[in-house]
Amino acid sequence: MHWEVVQKNMVYFLLGSYPHGPLGGLGLSVLLALGGIFLAFWIGILFGLMRLSKRWYVRFPSIIYIEIIRGTPLLLLIFWFYFLVPVIFKKPMPEIRTTLIAFSVFTGAYVAEIVRAGIQSIPKGQMEAARGTGLNYRQAMAYVIMPQALRNMIPSFVNQFVSLTKDTSLAYIIGVQELTRTATQVNNRTMNAPAEIFFTIAVIYFIICFGLTQTSRYLEKRLSYKTSGRMRQRDIVELKDNSEAS
Amino acid sequence: MIKIENIHKWYGDFHVLQGISEHINSGEVVVICGPSGSGKSTFIRCINRLEDIQQGKIIVEGKDINSPETDINQLRAEVGMVFQQFNLYPHITVLKNITLAPMKAKKIPKKEAEKIAYELLERVGIHEQAHKYPAELSGGQQQRVAIARGLAMRPKVMLFDEPTSALDPEMINEVLNVMKDLAREGITMIVVTHEMGFAREVADRIFFMDYGKILEGGTPEHFFKNPQHERTKLFLKEIL
Repeated sequence: MHWEVVQKNMVYFLLGSYPHGPLGGLGLSVLLALGGIFLAFWIGILFGLMRLSKRWYVRFPSIIYIEIIRGTPLLLLIFWFYFLVPVIFKKPMPEIRTTLIAFSVFTGAYVAEIVRAGIQSIPKGQMEAARGTGLNYRQAMAYVIMPQALRNMIPSFVNQFVSLTKDTSLAYIIGVQELTRTATQVNNRTMNAPAEIFFTIAVIYFIICFGLTQTSRYLEKRLSYKTSGRMRQRDIVELKDNSEAS
Repeated sequence: MIKIENIHKWYGDFHVLQGISEHINSGEVVVICGPSGSGKSTFIRCINRLEDIQQGKIIVEGKDINSPETDINQLRAEVGMVFQQFNLYPHITVLKNITLAPMKAKKIPKKEAEKIAYELLERVGIHEQAHKYPAELSGGQQQRVAIARGLAMRPKVMLFDEPTSALDPEMINEVLNVMKDLAREGITMIVVTHEMGFAREVADRIFFMDYGKILEGGTPEHFFKNPQHERTKLFLKEIL
């Protein structure tokens, strides 16, 4: 085994050639995922709300967008942006920007569905009560429906983020220096430790994604408010304590 | 104050409201009763346009509520509504439940809105719960908060859609007492309820609905002692 290869190149896996050159490796992967999920969040809210509109000409574009994206592989989307943008705009776009746009557009469609489901999970009576007191649709959405829907969305949203973090490895294909690409580069150069290298990379992806799902679980607990049917963790613990004491 | 002219409503093929015409005066307390599925809830939900009607007219304070020129948000601010399931906002405190609409829809400053909210909470007897979340209160307390929330917009009419039907028996009275107080203060109220004791005590008029129509309407005296319609007699026999 040649673990020294991994050891020697760890910094390269984590940061690419930074600080002497551009950021790469895990740093770039995480940055791409963060940027992608941030943009996808706003795209998702916009198209999720459009999807729920009563007006067909608002709803329709959203349905088309969501269904097309959900029915095509992310890799193809990256190719489209990579090969089509230069044809349309007569000048190439930097690879990192290409992938970031592809990630946002792709994840945005899924987030839109999460937003739709989150809003539809709020009982109808909430909207009626809000509108009934004279709030307009926008106010009712902003102050009553969305704050509750966003909380319900957290687990699915983090899922999507985890997915995207792993999918950033697809940027490899158009030459973006993210984690997977740094690994192949080192592997091509050294040739004697492929198992060690790709095992390490897998562990790195796992740590990031596992950390995220754990955070999501913690957030879910912390943000859950008392609702009639659902108890907070603290209350359940108190109940247990009481029953044990008695 | 509220004029209802021959309204009809269909859910698909189902003819829920089959031509209702009524006149409700300012300060009047009207109780609507009738078997389930008779259209009572649908009827009062039409009055603040939570449901649309397909025929006829509803005029509140001189405004045709289904006309496109009517500002429906402003109208709803004048017509408060209390629901069977309370529908409090679970993610914010009792106080904020009450101040939300006045602050956002009427642009009342926070301090003033809170002052109004505390007054109302005092009125419904739970001012010490202002900073709790709805799920920390009992059903009766939640419904009283819902009433306070409705009153916070200073509505001219309050609609109650079976306000005590989802409550445990021992909590019904605390809500009814609040409603009785309101009735005495002269707020126009339209109440869908099965609480006949309440109807007898505070209603100015009782409507009996079935098959999407008001079959009979009159003072409690008339309604309980001398019902005209066969359906009403049968219903009263069942319920009393």
